[in-house]
Amino acid sequence: MNLTLRIWRQKGPEDKGRMVTYPVDDVSPDMSFLEMLDVLNERLILAGEDPVAFDHDCREGICGMCGLMINGDAHGPQRGTTACQLHMRQFTDGETIDIEPWRASAFPVVKDLVVNRSAFDKIIAAGGYITAPTGSAPEAHSTPVAKANADAAFESAACIGCGACVAACPNGSGMLFTAAKLTQLSLLPQGQPERYTRVIGMVDAHDEAGFGGCTNAGECTPACPKGIPLNTIGRLNRDYLAATAKGAGNTPGS
Amino acid sequence: MAVTGILLALFLIAHMLGNLKVFTGETSFDHYAHWLRDIGKPLLPGVWFLWILRAVLVVAVVAHIVSATVLARRARAARPVRYAHRKKINGSYAARTMRWGGVIILLFVIYHLLDLTTGTLNPVGNESKPYGNVVADFAPERWYVTLFYTLAIVTVGFHLRHGAFSAFRSLGQQTPRGERTARTAALIFAVLLCAGYLVVPFAVLTGLVS
Repeated sequence: MNLTLRIWRQKGPEDKGRMVTYPVDDVSPDMSFLEMLDVLNERLILAGEDPVAFDHDCREGICGMCGLMINGDAHGPQRGTTACQLHMRQFTDGETIDIEPWRASAFPVVKDLVVNRSAFDKIIAAGGYITAPTGSAPEAHSTPVAKANADAAFESAACIGCGACVAACPNGSGMLFTAAKLTQLSLLPQGQPERYTRVIGMVDAHDEAGFGGCTNAGECTPACPKGIPLNTIGRLNRDYLAATAKGAGNTPGS
Repeated sequence: MAVTGILLALFLIAHMLGNLKVFTGETSFDHYAHWLRDIGKPLLPGVWFLWILRAVLVVAVVAHIVSATVLARRARAARPVRYAHRKKINGSYAARTMRWGGVIILLFVIYHLLDLTTGTLNPVGNESKPYGNVVADFAPERWYVTLFYTLAIVTVGFHLRHGAFSAFRSLGQQTPRGERTARTAALIFAVLLCAGYLVVPFAVLTGLVS
């Protein structure tokens, strides 16, 4: 396959950045999208040019490092797939592909396609954990959990924190991420003691990080490589309403 | 957004049911319109109830617009650099047109008040004859009024289709099954409301009401 890539190049956080066109020939349809970028980078290095910086780690869709806006789709055209697991057979020969970084003020560009997602860490630090030391995994049957709750919590826990929800959201909101990280705990017994302080803390941290507000537009779930359902945000809203009604923002000991 | 939106949607239902009284004839419709001014009469003097209702609606509209503006400004600040390549939408058309749809609805409401409340832009503009005002408004030679009215109502329909679902979600609708129910209910509500509002101008246009 012969492709034309239009890639966002930005030397550093202060650089203005621009789209640069690169022709890439002899691409195998069996390559992953990142392997195709590797091929481009090898050629750029041989030609003495600066290679394109992009995030990646496990390359098997579970670490959440890779994240590219491919032709305006977060993680590319295939649903439920991270960019690293996207294969070039999803594209046609001679196609022009636009590759951009996630666009959000909370995710400033570090270089080229690499963005700083530590805003997500701030949300987690504001309550995305349980304080009690749990030790090793306990016997599963010692704490009964309703099957439906266990399944829904597991669905939320599948979030890899890649940031595709923010990238796809017309409001630049990180609410799907926040809701996933919140409700994986609020559905389980271990998460109950800090349930209402957690929701206020995490939503406040989300807003302070500069993310936009959720308007239930529904662009995030189709972009999510793990298919976190939209109703997760409803669970967050319900907890938030309950928490504000209880005045749970200042529970002693939190 | 959700609470003020629900208040306004309740008003829309009451307003639509009132409009449909146009099919019961001129006397009945005019009687109903005059009764609106006298609700709560023995308890409240004259048009007090009407003014209280108007005040509540104005507060709801202003609060709705303020929240929408806050959300729009946050959205703008959250994405300072736009995408060079922005794909078609994955979500619903209604959800993506809420903001501009809202602006269109606001312009329509202003026109609508000048037309049928103050009578300034109405060809008859006689406060004591609301039935006559409506019939004159949607007369066939004033087709552009009917066209604008239709466009505005369809915009309201789209606004409600996303807005009603979104209000349920904001107030804590949290199950996948409930989401399907909420979306269907929002769609049916929007379609019924559109139909209820549009049947009046088209009845006048076709001569069913004259």
